[in-house]
Amino acid sequence: MTTLAERILDAPAGAYVDRNVDRAFAHDGTGVLALEAFREMGKKVPAYPERISILFDHLAPANNSQTATLQAELREFAIECGLHFSDVGEGICHQLMSEGQVLPGEIVVGADSHSCTAGAFGAFATGVGATDMAAIWAGGSTWFRVPETTGIHLEGTLAGCAEAKDIALTYVGRLGMDGATYRALEFTGEGAAGIPMDGRLTLSNMAIEAGAKTGLFYADAITRQYLAGYGHDVSEQVPDDPDYAEEITIDLADVAPVLSVPHRVDTVAEVTAYEGTPLDQVFVGTCTNGRYSDIERFASLVRGKKVKTRTIVVPASRDVLLRAGRAGLLTDLIEAGCIIGSPGCGPCLGMHMGVLGEGEVALSTANRNFRNRMGVGAEYYLGSVATAAASALAGEIRSPEVL
Amino acid sequence: MEGTGHAVCLGPDVDTDLIIAGRYLRTKDRSIWAEHVLEDYDPALAPRLRGAVIVAGKNMGCGSSREQAPVALREAGVVAVIAPSFARIFFRNAINVGLPAIECDGLPCTGGECVSFSLDEGWVETGGIRYPARPLSGRMQEILDAGGLVNYWREKA
Repeated sequence: MTTLAERILDAPAGAYVDRNVDRAFAHDGTGVLALEAFREMGKKVPAYPERISILFDHLAPANNSQTATLQAELREFAIECGLHFSDVGEGICHQLMSEGQVLPGEIVVGADSHSCTAGAFGAFATGVGATDMAAIWAGGSTWFRVPETTGIHLEGTLAGCAEAKDIALTYVGRLGMDGATYRALEFTGEGAAGIPMDGRLTLSNMAIEAGAKTGLFYADAITRQYLAGYGHDVSEQVPDDPDYAEEITIDLADVAPVLSVPHRVDTVAEVTAYEGTPLDQVFVGTCTNGRYSDIERFASLVRGKKVKTRTIVVPASRDVLLRAGRAGLLTDLIEAGCIIGSPGCGPCLGMHMGVLGEGEVALSTANRNFRNRMGVGAEYYLGSVATAAASALAGEIRSPEVL
Repeated sequence: MEGTGHAVCLGPDVDTDLIIAGRYLRTKDRSIWAEHVLEDYDPALAPRLRGAVIVAGKNMGCGSSREQAPVALREAGVVAVIAPSFARIFFRNAINVGLPAIECDGLPCTGGECVSFSLDEGWVETGGIRYPARPLSGRMQEILDAGGLVNYWREKA
């Protein structure tokens, strides 16, 4: 029977289809190139401006006049054409899309590889490059090859200090960096049903790290409740005994706090194996783990204590920042010695704010630890928010089990 | 589409951060990307890419959606990229910017040897042996034949 990807794209796996795009978004990193390609296509105004969003997050606020000038051109275009526009400080595109902008069953395309994040809502959400985005602006549709699906069956419930991030790193480790290339992932089972929306977003976010096009959850009661908070009344999606190309099962009770070890996301080891590794920086944020529940958890673990290494916390959106402020979490973080960055991608891609020096070692809650990404000659580990908290307090890698 | 060039060998899982680092993305100047392409993989590589056919390992171009990666390779003079498998976004981006990306299993690479290919006939040849190349979809073939998605769109308009 059909997978969720087949159902949304309305064609069997392997088919090539043209489909209208419900939401299309680009950020300051890719939107500039998309605009250039759009103009080279001979176009001036997008076909469906109401479906298009431009969100500044990669170098937000601009780090020099060159990027500010590039942003100014895109900002002017977005405003003139009546696109949805989020300026610097509003937050990361994937987080903003998750704040009521994406609905189950939609086809969502973002000019960023982590656009698969919105698969958590049961939307076929995937990343493309800038020229593909320009063509979508021009015509409102694009082509897809309907992917085969890898089913990830989650059983049981998390135990101890393990978090959704540990599940994400575990499945990427199991599949490998190209284990789901050309495929969709579907997260199913009682274990999946028990994961709150923030955790689902973390799992969907990392689908691309296994090469997948998207990482899908079926919209259920949790999805309905979450989106009701943004004024949407959505229908649930029920699995239709889907045909999977491959299936793996993960018992959540077996998931331990883990790390991705430099320089591969799929080199995954238990945190305890690397305890004692000195750290120069801890970074909490990004489209993987910069949500309110992440900031809340991190603050609850460092509250009343002092971090022993420089620790940068970047809320993923203005809403997250506001909520953290109202709840007093920012005060807790600042008193604990943390640095608060403005909402955006921050140090994740090594372009500004928190770039690592040569030989430095960091622990990050982000999704990629490719060589040199966060700074030339640096090394960094990926882990959960709790692992980041334990490690920030120790100044070295430390399992959250000690907290 | 057909072509020929000297082989430049890359390993598996070469990510787009390695192809063009984030620190060079604050510009639209493609010559800067070409100058620094693959710098973090091997700083001596960029000058050897003019007229090259890259023979990469599996999962070529994994990671970010940054289209600057295939553009940088093309601007540096790369004729085609051949790999047993490509990360999906890189594969699509490469075709969209007019850089042939060819899926081919088992192609040996020592570096410097001549590699030829015919996408129309579906083969890659090196050392006197022909290896089958997986065909592109009809749409991707049309986009590549047009020289990329911008030209494809112009022709459609």
